[in-house]
Amino acid sequence: MKKRWGYCLLLAAACVAPTVLYPVLLMKILCFALFACSFNLLVGYAGLLSFGHAAFFGAAGYVAGYALKSWGVSTEAGLALGTLAGALIGLVMGALAIRRQGIYFTMITLALAQMLYFVFLQAPFAGGEDGLQGIPRGRLFGLVDLSNDLVLYFVILAISVGAFALIMRTIHSPFGEVLCAIRENEPRAISLGYQVDRYKMLAFVLSAALSGLAGAMKAMVLGFETLTDAHWSMSGLVVLMTLVGGLGTLFGPIVGALIIVLLEDKLGDIGNWLASVTGVNWFGTLGDSVTIVTGFIFIVCVLALRKGIVGEILALFKRIETARQREKFPRRRSDHAHQ
Amino acid sequence: MEIFGLPIQALMSQLLLGLVNGSFYAMLSLGLAVIFGLLNVINFAHGTLYMLGAFLAWTGLNYLGIGYWWMLVLAPVVVGLFGVLIEKTMLRWLYKLDHLYGLLLTFGLTLMIEGLFRSVFGVSGQPYPVPDALDGVTNLGFMMLPNYRAWVVAASLVICFSTWFVIEKTRLGSSLRAGTENPKMVEAFGINVPLMVTATYGFGVALAAIAGVLAAPVIQVSPLMGSNVIIVVFAVVVIGGMGSILGSILTGLGLGVIEGLTRVFYPELSATVVFIVMAIVLIVRPAGLFGKEK
Repeated sequence: MKKRWGYCLLLAAACVAPTVLYPVLLMKILCFALFACSFNLLVGYAGLLSFGHAAFFGAAGYVAGYALKSWGVSTEAGLALGTLAGALIGLVMGALAIRRQGIYFTMITLALAQMLYFVFLQAPFAGGEDGLQGIPRGRLFGLVDLSNDLVLYFVILAISVGAFALIMRTIHSPFGEVLCAIRENEPRAISLGYQVDRYKMLAFVLSAALSGLAGAMKAMVLGFETLTDAHWSMSGLVVLMTLVGGLGTLFGPIVGALIIVLLEDKLGDIGNWLASVTGVNWFGTLGDSVTIVTGFIFIVCVLALRKGIVGEILALFKRIETARQREKFPRRRSDHAHQ
Repeated sequence: MEIFGLPIQALMSQLLLGLVNGSFYAMLSLGLAVIFGLLNVINFAHGTLYMLGAFLAWTGLNYLGIGYWWMLVLAPVVVGLFGVLIEKTMLRWLYKLDHLYGLLLTFGLTLMIEGLFRSVFGVSGQPYPVPDALDGVTNLGFMMLPNYRAWVVAASLVICFSTWFVIEKTRLGSSLRAGTENPKMVEAFGINVPLMVTATYGFGVALAAIAGVLAAPVIQVSPLMGSNVIIVVFAVVVIGGMGSILGSILTGLGLGVIEGLTRVFYPELSATVVFIVMAIVLIVRPAGLFGKEK
């Protein structure tokens, strides 16, 4: 019951958010939140750390952008094509990467994504260093004009909520349970008769497709697509968002995406403020060197905050709950001792 | 003289350039393998420390007046000490956790160090002159051999094989290999394993720094040189597997040569050929050429 209220509150907050923040920034946050959630589906529940998710995100952005711009397809077809592109690349990459485990899996995804980056760098349709510019937003189902930011915001919100519901459904389904079982003890899952590679593959493709949807939406919202989205630093960024929010928590990636996107957006202001307070001029250039700050957050998270923000809050609640239980039923502990 | 319709001079010089790149791949993947063997950490920062080596050489020459030969010794020492610092203050806390946290930590370090260098030096490359003693070319009759490139290949081969010799043939190496297999047991024999781990990390990153100094006159010294090379080296490691020292040396050199040849015959593929080879190897021999899957 409590949870349902939480969801309603979150949705209400998302609906009134455009009165506080600029809608395009909010849409960017939503796209990255979906990206991080679909990444988290793979790393948090199946235990597979991919360092190549930029490939799906970027490729979908390019495909959707190209389809919208050069073929003039409708918005929903553009997004669908992007999602499909993500899924197909996920299928190929997954088929190769799942052959190896652990750290090798991570390195393979990173290398294959880098290969795709070079493809986009050289392919004529992708526009080289300039990328695709002037991608039209189009009309949804040929009816709704999306050039208004506020209208587009609610469309993006609806798609994101739908995708998030799908992720949640997947996690709580028997399929999700099997994924967790594989993460916890793979040999045992195999001995129970599960075709582990097939489950991993399905999770990988699902995650890739949803990352593709996120990438396609981002290209459509911002109206351009560049190599940044396919670069390895983008793969790192989505890892960071998920890590900051909390690996394997439902809301962690959303919180992480919110924090990191806002931070990137406001870093210039923060830097200027630091420069004026401390008198060190170097801080003024901080806006241009986002990676210094993201790298620092990475290190802090890995060393001190491995559960992430949402993970730590959940752990705190749990601790309070157990303490209260003990206060209420102090005899229970001795009961246990007797057993 | 021509081979496959190409002048032999062009073919040979690309082949040599491939060998030069291959020796960097070999030294870097060797360092990665040594570190992974004992620490179970994939050192993403390896490329950055390679960049640091090259930048130390460049700074030494331009600001402190320290020449190439001194930096070839000093840079690995400085970077090695920096590595010891990283190991002592950060990596140490992650050994009991999933391997992936080590990768994430070193990834964060990469972002930070690279970001700092970019904000100070910009992204454009800085030239570094070839040292006087190795300037010029030798005429081999069928090709002109640039002395410096020959030196790079020879030096890295010597470094790689001495590392192989130390690890496979000496007492120090045998305790190192034992530490990889069963650190508790080695500790019981009275060997200071934590010290060995720190030293191994320092040594591994010092190798990267040597590669960086060797690379400085061949390629432009730029903050981005590290991350450009590290992903290729990861692919090399996947192809060769990290189980065998000789395996990683051979794979590194071989892929450098393949890359060089691709640059001659089909330049569009030269940036991606290593990844394509990796994909093929994964299909044909999933455990890697020299690897044993645990």
